[in-house]
Amino acid sequence: MAGEASFEQPLVQLRTKIEETKKFSAAQKVDMSDMISKLEQEYTTIEQSIYENLKPSEKMQLARHAQRPTTLEYIAEIFTDFIELHGDRSYGDDLAIVGGIAKLNGLPVTVVGHQKGKDTKDNIARNFGMPHPEGFRKALRLMQQADKFSRPIITFIDTPGAFPGSAAEERGQGEAIARNLREMASFGVPIICIVIGEGGSGGALALGVGNRVLMLEHSIYSVSSPEAAASILWKDATQAHRAAEAMRITSKDMLELGVVDQIIVEPLGGSHRDTTLQAQFMKDAIISNLKEMLPMTPHQLKMDRCAKFRRIGQFMMIGSPNDNAVSSSTTNAKLQQNGLKVN
Amino acid sequence: MTVFDQLFPRKKVYINIPAERRTPTVKPIASVEESLDEVVQSPKELPNNLIYKCPRCTKQYFTKEFEKNEKVCPACNFHGRLNAIERIQITLDEGTFEEYQADMVSVDPLNFPGYKEKYAKHQLNTGFRDAIITGQGEITGNPVIIAAMSFEFFGGSMGSVVGEKIAYAIEQAIHSKHPLIIFSTSGGARMEESILSLMQMAKTSALLSQLAEERGLFISVLTDPTLGGVSASFAMLGDVNIAEPGAIVGFTGRRVIEQTIRQKLPDNFQTSEFNLKHGQLDMVVHRQELKSVLGNLLDMHRVTPSVVEGF
Repeated sequence: MAGEASFEQPLVQLRTKIEETKKFSAAQKVDMSDMISKLEQEYTTIEQSIYENLKPSEKMQLARHAQRPTTLEYIAEIFTDFIELHGDRSYGDDLAIVGGIAKLNGLPVTVVGHQKGKDTKDNIARNFGMPHPEGFRKALRLMQQADKFSRPIITFIDTPGAFPGSAAEERGQGEAIARNLREMASFGVPIICIVIGEGGSGGALALGVGNRVLMLEHSIYSVSSPEAAASILWKDATQAHRAAEAMRITSKDMLELGVVDQIIVEPLGGSHRDTTLQAQFMKDAIISNLKEMLPMTPHQLKMDRCAKFRRIGQFMMIGSPNDNAVSSSTTNAKLQQNGLKVN
Repeated sequence: MTVFDQLFPRKKVYINIPAERRTPTVKPIASVEESLDEVVQSPKELPNNLIYKCPRCTKQYFTKEFEKNEKVCPACNFHGRLNAIERIQITLDEGTFEEYQADMVSVDPLNFPGYKEKYAKHQLNTGFRDAIITGQGEITGNPVIIAAMSFEFFGGSMGSVVGEKIAYAIEQAIHSKHPLIIFSTSGGARMEESILSLMQMAKTSALLSQLAEERGLFISVLTDPTLGGVSASFAMLGDVNIAEPGAIVGFTGRRVIEQTIRQKLPDNFQTSEFNLKHGQLDMVVHRQELKSVLGNLLDMHRVTPSVVEGF
């Protein structure tokens, strides 16, 4: 195994110890099976406790793991007959976003996702999964096509964010993201979005306006990368771990805040340990969610999606003239607007 | 009565914004704004506040003269920043404004370290409850739904309150069939509300898709600066996108881009003129002509049967 995160070091050490004991036992022809099984047991216990109690900053490491499966790997596992389609028809083909048509248990669907590279060369071609406007416009073109041919849309979200470059600005990065948000809200087909790694800022959300938003257990979703947040908040990007703790970026947080609808469990140690098993979990979740939505009319699907996002947000009205605007924020929400969520 | 209640009468009546609110007092620049000021121009005011020195041409004026000129430098046409009240004041016909959801404040949903204190500080320093004021009024006799942001409040950042007020304003535009005008100025999403801030982008844009379906007119006016999550949602989605001269409009701020590409960017990068050249805007309009341009646009979209009959 390679690419262990720092919090996985106890496991690495223990694994080395087990291997050494095994070697020693074989070389010296001594029966040490008792000790080995004890160590194996200890390994399993430690492993479980580590992955169940990951801190947000540790999840961030897992979500960015170099071997974490990417969109194309999941597409190969979950769908059949994938036909990749290219280009935004106005500027170019952004390899940081991939998409096309595929079959899910025989049903044609449109699949779109951010694509990170698997090695340095690939990562440079894919721009580390950070799209330019033409990437978002390619995604929009494919989704509009799905809407036209009544195909459900499945998106995979995995990006540090939209690319922060001058060419991206010249071609309208903000407008490209904004238009995706507005148009995704208007489609009359089921949309399922799955955060598979890093859900970073507007670049992630540009593929994220779905009827159902699902999230892999150890993936993260945030308003900006923890590094960028730390540099905005404390002018120090090295405080990223601190920002990660404060910002609530884990799948559990997203479920609590009503941002995602369902968490898809990961194999022990993260999805890179068993891509096929992970893909099976995802396929099951996609199918069960899709089955619920297929009977809905285009209008219902659209309204369902708009209503889902309309509800997100927490605020309050100041109740009486004596209320202090700030101290009362922790008390209660006396006057809430219709259908607004207030904690 | 608290100071807020004096500023924002609770009753929904047609109000005049008191004259003294048009002149904001000098206040310490908060940390959020400091970081943003590195990428955007900011008017420098002398401590005594009597003299205004234009940050572009460095000419000095009496502050009163500058304010009388709607905060535009009489010599070089530099456009200073307006807050929400100043903006509504110069845009709407006098006495026509009726505010929506004046009592709405943030609840610190994530219990974010330091947010409550910072929020209170901004409220005290600016007299605003959050970074936006929404409502309805008239422009040259045309009824409109209006929203105006204040950069001086928390860097104009969008959290749940801004998102909700925009969403509500769009709904009013849908129901009333009146045009919607949003004056944006923002550093982007509010970090302290994290993912909920991000989701306000989807919320406001989703409602704009409904407004578009109802064929409602939306004019977006981008003022200095409009960045990040606000430019990547409602601000860039106008049927007509207008910006004030010299306003910085973009997704990623200049400093971050310079760090990423390790190059110095040209001085005009992300200005309205730059964005106009790159096809992101319909027009750049001087502040003193803005009201009449808006009035003409509104008039253009009010085609009654009598207009057709008279053709």
